[in-house]
Amino acid sequence: MVLRLSGVTVRYRDFTAVADADLEVADGEVLALLGPSGSGKSTLLRAVAGLEPLSGGVVEWDGVDLAGIAVHRRGFGLVFQDGQLFPHRDVAGNVAFGLRMARVPAARRADRVAELLRMVGLAGYQRRKVTELSGGEQQRVALARALAPKPKLLLLDEPLSALDRALRDQLAVDLAEVLRTAGTTALLVTHDQDEAFTVADRVAVLRAGRITQVGTPDEVYRWPADDQTAEFLGVTTILDAVASDGVVKTDLGPVELAVPDGPARLGLHPSAVRVGAGSVRGRVTARVHRRDHVRLTIEVGDRVVAAVAPTLGAPEPGDEVRLGLDADGIAVLHSRGNPTAH
Amino acid sequence: MRRMLTTAIALAAIPMLASCSLESGGSAAPSDHKVVLVTHDSFAYTKTLFEQFKKDTGITIEVHAAGDAGALTNQLVLTKANPIGDLAFGIDNTFATRALNEGVFAPYTSPQASKGPQRYDVDASHRLTAIDLGDVCLNYDVRRFENGPKTFEDLTDPKYASQLVVEDPQTSSPGLAFLLATIAHFGENGWQPYWSKLKAGGMKVVSGWEEAYSQDFSGSSGKGPKAIVVSYASSPSAELGKDGKPRTAAMLDTCFRQVEYAGVLQGAKNPEDAKKVLDFLLSPRFQADVPGQMYVYPSLQGVALPKEWQQAAPLPANPITMPGDRIQQGRDGWIRQWRSLVQG
Amino acid sequence: MDPAVAFAGPGLTRAGAGLAALALVPLGFLAVFFAWPVVAIVSLGLRSGSVLPTLADPDTWKLVGFTLAQAAGSTVVAVLAGLPVAFLLARVRLPGRWLVRVVVLVPFVLPTVVVGLAFKVLLPGGGAWTIVLANAFFNVAVVARTVAGLWAHTDRRAEDAAKALGASPARAFTSVVLPQLAPAIGSAAAIVFLFCATSFGVVLILGGAHYRTLETEIYLRTVEMLDLPTASALSLLQLLAVIAALSAGALARRRRETALRLRSAKETARRPRGGEWAVVGLACAVLVLLLVPIGSLVARSLTSGFAGYRALAGTGTSGTLVVSGWTAAENSLRAATDATLLALGLGIVASVVLVSLRRGRTRGTVVELVDAAMMLPLGVSAVTVGFGYLITLGALPGDLRTSPLLVPLAQALVVTPLVIRMVLPVLRSVDVRLRQAAATMGAGRLRVWREVDLPLAGRSVLAAAAFGYVVALGEFGATSFLARPDIPTLPVAIARLLSRPGELNNQMAYAACTVLMLVTIAVVLLVEWIGSGALGEF
Repeated sequence: MVLRLSGVTVRYRDFTAVADADLEVADGEVLALLGPSGSGKSTLLRAVAGLEPLSGGVVEWDGVDLAGIAVHRRGFGLVFQDGQLFPHRDVAGNVAFGLRMARVPAARRADRVAELLRMVGLAGYQRRKVTELSGGEQQRVALARALAPKPKLLLLDEPLSALDRALRDQLAVDLAEVLRTAGTTALLVTHDQDEAFTVADRVAVLRAGRITQVGTPDEVYRWPADDQTAEFLGVTTILDAVASDGVVKTDLGPVELAVPDGPARLGLHPSAVRVGAGSVRGRVTARVHRRDHVRLTIEVGDRVVAAVAPTLGAPEPGDEVRLGLDADGIAVLHSRGNPTAH
Repeated sequence: MRRMLTTAIALAAIPMLASCSLESGGSAAPSDHKVVLVTHDSFAYTKTLFEQFKKDTGITIEVHAAGDAGALTNQLVLTKANPIGDLAFGIDNTFATRALNEGVFAPYTSPQASKGPQRYDVDASHRLTAIDLGDVCLNYDVRRFENGPKTFEDLTDPKYASQLVVEDPQTSSPGLAFLLATIAHFGENGWQPYWSKLKAGGMKVVSGWEEAYSQDFSGSSGKGPKAIVVSYASSPSAELGKDGKPRTAAMLDTCFRQVEYAGVLQGAKNPEDAKKVLDFLLSPRFQADVPGQMYVYPSLQGVALPKEWQQAAPLPANPITMPGDRIQQGRDGWIRQWRSLVQG
Repeated sequence: MDPAVAFAGPGLTRAGAGLAALALVPLGFLAVFFAWPVVAIVSLGLRSGSVLPTLADPDTWKLVGFTLAQAAGSTVVAVLAGLPVAFLLARVRLPGRWLVRVVVLVPFVLPTVVVGLAFKVLLPGGGAWTIVLANAFFNVAVVARTVAGLWAHTDRRAEDAAKALGASPARAFTSVVLPQLAPAIGSAAAIVFLFCATSFGVVLILGGAHYRTLETEIYLRTVEMLDLPTASALSLLQLLAVIAALSAGALARRRRETALRLRSAKETARRPRGGEWAVVGLACAVLVLLLVPIGSLVARSLTSGFAGYRALAGTGTSGTLVVSGWTAAENSLRAATDATLLALGLGIVASVVLVSLRRGRTRGTVVELVDAAMMLPLGVSAVTVGFGYLITLGALPGDLRTSPLLVPLAQALVVTPLVIRMVLPVLRSVDVRLRQAAATMGAGRLRVWREVDLPLAGRSVLAAAAFGYVVALGEFGATSFLARPDIPTLPVAIARLLSRPGELNNQMAYAACTVLMLVTIAVVLLVEWIGSGALGEF
C-alpha cells in the first residue's frame, strides 16, 4: 500500500500554496514534511486528507485516485497542532469517536479505547474531561483518537509545536515509538528539524510551496539540495572551497570530507566550527550560554561565523581564539557525486 | 447523568407540547356553512348563542377582529377586491359613509329591519343595517361634585376643565365622537374657541379610553385624579357601589349618538349564509345579549334591558347626531385643526 | 495558522446545491410572510399618491428626529443600566445570581399597554423621559444578557495585566474591558435601538397627545386614516433608519469575530472585591428599579385580595372575554410553543446556512447582507406587515388572513431573528478543524453537524428556545392584530380587559399580567435548571 502524489497543486484565488508536488510514502513509512511556516506543508497535508480541493495533480492511494472520495471515506486519521478534542465528550468519548463512526460494537470499542490509552501512556483516563487535561495529555488523547480506527494513513499537522520544549522532545520520542508500535503509515508536518529527524524515516523539505528535497534525515542533513534548504536546516555559514584527495581546504582551515576532487561548497552548522584547536584565528564578539554548550559569534577577517564551545572554560567576548572545522557539522552543497535523491 | 436526564425530558416535552397545540390550536372542522364575521376588537358575545345558532342552521360563525371601528373600515376598504370575510359588524356612523362610498357592502334588507333598525339607516341603499347604538357622553364622579356639571358650557369653568380628561380623536373612537359632538353643538366656528378654553382650563388629553377611564378617572377602579371623563352613557352601570348606587353619572346633554351597523360584504364567498347571520344579529335573543356584552342599546324595539341599566344607564333623550356625509367630509380636516389647536 | 484553514472542504457543488435548498426555507418564509406583504403595501401607497409632500413636511422630520432621539436615549439608558447587571451576571459569584437572570427577563413579556399604564402611575409627570425609561425598562435584559454572555467568557488576565501595568480599576475597565466587550455592546445596542425605534404601545400611552414616533404615525396613517401614501413614505424612512442600525450592529459583530480564545465561565467569576462592590450595588439598584413597575402591577392585581385571580376562571364582567382567562393563558402557551418551534427550525436552518456560507468561499459581505436581512422583521412596523398581509395573503390557497395559524407565524417572524442572534455566534465559534477531525474519523457531512456543531450549540439553542418562547408569550403588536377574539392570547385578553369598565375586569387584567410573569419565570427557571448560561447573546 502506498500513497502517491503527482503534480499536486493547490491555489487560492491568485496565491499558489502548493505547486507541483510529487511524493511517495511507502507502507509503514513515516515521512515528515519539513519547512518554514508558509511553505505550504500544512496545505499539502490537508490536500491529502481531502480537506483542500486540488487545483491540479493527483493524490492516489494504492493506485486509486482519491479525487472523488470525500474526507470521511478516505480512512485517514488526522492530528492537529492543538488537538481539537471534542469538548462535549470525555476522553473515552473522544477516542471512541472514529470507532463509533465505523460502527464498532460498544464492547470492542471499550477494549480498543483502553488499549490505545495505554499505548499513549494515559491508562485509566477514560472518564476524564478533556478540558481538564494538560496540553501534552490532550495531544496524547488526540493521537489515540486518530489511531483508534486503525487509519490507513495518519496525518499529523504540527502535533507537538504547541507544547513546551522539554515536553516536545519527550513526546517526539514517544510519538516515534507509538507509530512504530502501531506500524502506521504517517505523514508528519513540522517546522522543527529535530522533531522531523526524531520521528520520520524520510524527510521532504518544502519551501514556498515546492518540495525541494526528499531523503533520509541523514541525507537531508549532510547533502541539502541548495543554500536555502541548508540555511533552513541550521547552516549559518556557507563557504566555497576546493577538494582534493579527501581533504577540503577552506578559509577556516582544512577538513577531511569524502567528496570528489574539485570545487566544493560547504555549509557549516555551528557545531562544525570548534574553538581551541586549529590554525585560523578569530575574535569572539558574543557569547550565549545554551543548555549543554556555549554558542559563540566569532569574527574571522571580514567574515562572521557561529561556533560552539564546551561550557567549561569557554572564551569571553573580546578573546582571541583559534578555530578548526569538524566534519560532523558540515553539509555538502553542490559537488559532483552529491547523492541527494530525487 | 443528570444532564442527560434533563435533556431527555426537555426533548420529550417539545413534541408533546407541539402535538397538543397543533391538535386543538387550529380552526373548527371545515364546513360548507361557515361565515366569517369581520368586526372590531370590542365585539363581544355569549358563546352559547353562537352554538345554538349553529345547531339551528348548521352555520358556523368565525369571528375575525380587525382593530377599532376605524381600522375595521379601512381594512374592509383595502380588501374590497378580495374581502376577508362574508359579513362585517361594527362600522359606526362616523365611518359608514366612507365604507359605503367605497362600495364595500352589498344591499340586503333583513326581515327584522323594519322592527326598529331602519330608524338609523344611513341612506336608502339598504347596505348597512343598524344593530346597536350607544352614546358617548361625559361621565363624572358623583362623589366629587355635589351638583355636577350638566352641559358643555359648564366645563369651561376651570373648576371642571381642570378635572377633565378626554381621548385623542386620532386614536380613540370615543375621542372622535366627543370632538364631533362639540362641533355639532358649537358649529364650525364655535368649536375651536371652546376647545381653547378647555385647554386653558387644564384639560388633559390621553391616547385611549383605557387610560382615560381606568387610569385617570376617579370614578373607576383606577381611582385616578380626574373627576370627569369622556366615556359612554352606559358606563355608570358598571360602576355600582356596594350599596347598589352608581358611583358615576353620565351628562346626558353631552351625548353623541354612535350607531353600529352590519352589512353583507360585496364579493363575499358565502353571501346567503351571511344574510342569515345578519338576521341572527337582529334576532331578539342576540339583541337582548347586546347590552350586557357591549354596553350598547339594541336597535330592535321591545327588547328588555338589564335591571341595572334602568337605574344607571338611561338612554339620552336628545343625543347629538351628525349626518354621515358631513362627518366624512369634515373628519380629516377637523382632526388636523384639533391637532394644531390642542397639541401645537 | 495557514490561511487555508479558513476555507471549506471539497464536494462544493453537491453541498452547494444542498445548501441552496436549505437556504430556501428561511428565505422563502421571509419572502412570503415579510417581504411580499411589506413591499405590496408600501408600493400600493407609492402608487396612490406622492411621497414628496410627506418628505417636504417639516413635521415629518420632527417625527424622525424624535423617533431617533428617543430610541438613542432609550438605548443609552438600557446600556448604562445593563452593564452593571451584566457584570453581576458574568463576573460575580454570589448566591442568588440565578434570580437576577430571571428578574431581568420578566419585563420582556409584559404587554406594552400594561407597562405604559404602570409607568404612567409611577411617573405622573410624563413626557419624553418616561418614554425613554419605559423603553429602557423593556430592554435592559437584552444588554445585560448579551454582554454577560461575552463577558463571562472573556479572559480576566488582560484586565489583570492592565492593572499590573499601573492602570486603576476604572482605567483598566475603559481601556481593556470595554473594548473587549464593545462587539457585544454594539450588537445588543443595535437590537435595543431597533426595538425602541419601533416601540408602539409605550409611546402611544406615555406620549399622550404630544410625542409621536414614526411607528405611531405609521399606525395612525395606515389604520385610522388609510392615508397610504404618507404611511409608505414614513415606512421607507423607518426602513432606512432600521438598515442603518442593522449595519452598525453588523459592523460590531464583525469585530467580535476577532475576539478569539474564550474561557470557560467558571474561571472568570469570583466573589467581588473592593470597588467591585460598588458595581454590584449599582446592579442591585438597577434590579430594584426594574422591580418597581413589576411590583406595582402585582400590587394592583391584589387590591381586593385574590378576586382577580379567581376571576381568571371566568370571562370577566358580563363576558368581556369570549373565553376564560385560563383558556387565554392556554392559547398563549400553544401559540408561543408553535411560534418557538417554527422559529427554532427557521433560525437554526438560517444559522446553519449562514455559517456554511461563511466557511465556504462566499464573500463576507454577501453573508452579512443575508444575516442583516433576517433581522429586518424586528424593525418594520407590525401594522405595515399586518396590512400587507391583508392585500397579499388572500392570494394564497386557504386564505391565511383569518386563520389562527397566522398568530404563531407572525410571532415566529419576530422570534426567528433572536434565535439567529443567539445560535449563530456559537456555531461560528466552532473550530473548523474540530469538524475536520470528525470528518477524518469517518463522519459524513450531516453526521458532523449532529456530532459536533449541534451538541456544542445545544445550550444556546435551548437558551434561544426559552427566550423565543418568552418573547412570543409577550408579543402583542402583531398578535393583537391577528388573533381571533375566540382564541385570544393572554396579552390580547389583558388589553381587552383593560378596555372595558368595571373593577373586576381591571383586577383580572393585572392578575393575568402576574400569571404571564409567573409563566415567564417558570420558563426561564426551567432553562436555567437544564443548564443554559452558555455563550448566549441576543
